[in-house]
Amino acid sequence: MKARSAVGLLAAGAALAGAIVFVRTKSQSEREHVDVYFADGSMVSLEAGSADGDRLLPLARRALASARG
Amino acid sequence: MDAAQALADLTEISAQIEAAVLADHDGSVVASTLGDEAAAKPFAEAAAELLAAADEVRTEPGSDPLVQVEGAALDGSVFVAKDDRHLVAAVTKPRPTVGLVFYDLKTCLRMLEREEEAKAAKATKTATRRRTTTKKTEEAESESS
Repeated sequence: MKARSAVGLLAAGAALAGAIVFVRTKSQSEREHVDVYFADGSMVSLEAGSADGDRLLPLARRALASARG
Repeated sequence: MDAAQALADLTEISAQIEAAVLADHDGSVVASTLGDEAAAKPFAEAAAELLAAADEVRTEPGSDPLVQVEGAALDGSVFVAKDDRHLVAAVTKPRPTVGLVFYDLKTCLRMLEREEEAKAAKATKTATRRRTTTKKTEEAESESS
């Protein structure tokens, strides 16, 4: 009986952890950002809230809006 | 193939791209998929401005130059890639396949560069031929007189 409830608890914990990872990954991919790529193959990802991110995101939004009229 | 054809090919091969513009680094429009230059100009200028602002992200001396930028907003993404002479910018729906879009933009720039090189080579060849013909004519005239 004890073993069964332990397995049940473990399964519930794993499911919860999976759900948290899924929601975090999804929300991160939907977050606004600017990725800047350099000639050496490196990339800098700038999120909203960072100094460079807040400087570049309005320009990206403006470009998007101007293309869509 | 000219610039307009390169852009037409770009939008044909990449279903994710909604609109694209090819411009000089200062934002002067070379070609676009938008109706007219009045519509393309603000997009090209905004893309050039984004590229210039992104160039300031890394300012250490000797650092490699910027080559491309993706700006992801909630309602879509804007991509800008550049080479020595031009920039190409495109907009997509949200969550595009980033690598594929950049690959297509780079292909467009390469096609245009190849076309310009071929044109320049042809122009040089024609100029050399013209110079040779003029020289021969002058020599013939001086011999006859």
